[in-house]
Amino acid sequence: MAIHSAIKGKLISVIGDEDTCVGFLLGGVGEINKNRQPNFLVVDKHTSVGEIEECFKRFVKRDDIDIILINQNIAEMVRHCIESHTQPIPAVLEIPSKDHPYDASKDSILRRAKGMFNPEDMK
Amino acid sequence: MSGKERLAIFPSRGAQMLMKARLKGAQKGHSLLKKKADALQMRFRTILGKIIETKTLMGEVMKEAAFSLAEAKFATGDFNQVVLQNVTKAQIKVRTKKDNVAGVTLPVFESYQDGTDTYELAGLARGGQQLAKLKKNYQSAIKLLVELASLQTSFVTLDDVIKLTNRRVNAIEHVIIPRIERTLAYIISELDELEREEFYRLKKIQDKKRIARKKAEAKDAELKKAALETGMDIPVVNNMLDEGDEDLLF
Repeated sequence: MAIHSAIKGKLISVIGDEDTCVGFLLGGVGEINKNRQPNFLVVDKHTSVGEIEECFKRFVKRDDIDIILINQNIAEMVRHCIESHTQPIPAVLEIPSKDHPYDASKDSILRRAKGMFNPEDMK
Repeated sequence: MSGKERLAIFPSRGAQMLMKARLKGAQKGHSLLKKKADALQMRFRTILGKIIETKTLMGEVMKEAAFSLAEAKFATGDFNQVVLQNVTKAQIKVRTKKDNVAGVTLPVFESYQDGTDTYELAGLARGGQQLAKLKKNYQSAIKLLVELASLQTSFVTLDDVIKLTNRRVNAIEHVIIPRIERTLAYIISELDELEREEFYRLKKIQDKKRIARKKAEAKDAELKKAALETGMDIPVVNNMLDEGDEDLLF
């Protein structure tokens, strides 16, 4: 499995607003597989939270995806899903979107890091 | 109760040797695990520093990328749908390599180009320069994000492993070693008691022997006395060499 995956490149998936998706697709991460399933989800104001959740879970389950990029404001909507994903692979990265600046205090990983390090730094 | 306090073992010299060996082993294991935890902790801290650094850098890179997207849109007009519909094969893919820190394998992602650019002809009519810039910006953003992803994956993995190692270290330090020590103490006390018992038994036997000897002597003395009284000469020979002869003097 490890050797196989090393040879066959894994994908980066994107969950984000239209501009973020377009940007990354132009960067060249987009792929549509044989079942016509894209590795990205464009979230607009009509997209329901359930859809985002389902999509996120689907991406996590797919074994050809190694990295999931998600806009922070969207991550905020499905926070519980992201918190419950504790495996190292796929790595979930929260990225800033065009109209929401990056807020480090909301990031799951950084929050975990802070929670872990404060008591030790006091020593 | 006793199972918690100490190991169920028969107190003997052999068991004592065994326990001593186990204590040594536990101490060695404890120090080794502690070293491993320290090594992991060190790596963990550097990774954490890098993550925070990269995250802040990411903010800037993403801002620039978003800005160039707006620029390209201004020059070319809206191309969102064209891009979204024309997705076929991924051009940038991720490869996983393994990194080893103190016996823990950390995945390291590496992005690489695979195949040709699907949007080669995008912006051919106008805004080609802006589009090229946009692509370049997003590609560098992807590179940074891939780097960040490998850092983050290492972070999560290390976090788990550190917790596990610390748990083991603490278990050895606070449960296993005290239990072995208690077992050793128990064995020693038990052996001491056995020794005391043995000593007591020895003394008791000596006592018994002394009493028996005294009784025999008393009996002898009585017999002698009785013989003197009756006038009968019963030679009481205590010593076979002592036959009542006069010593020969030359």
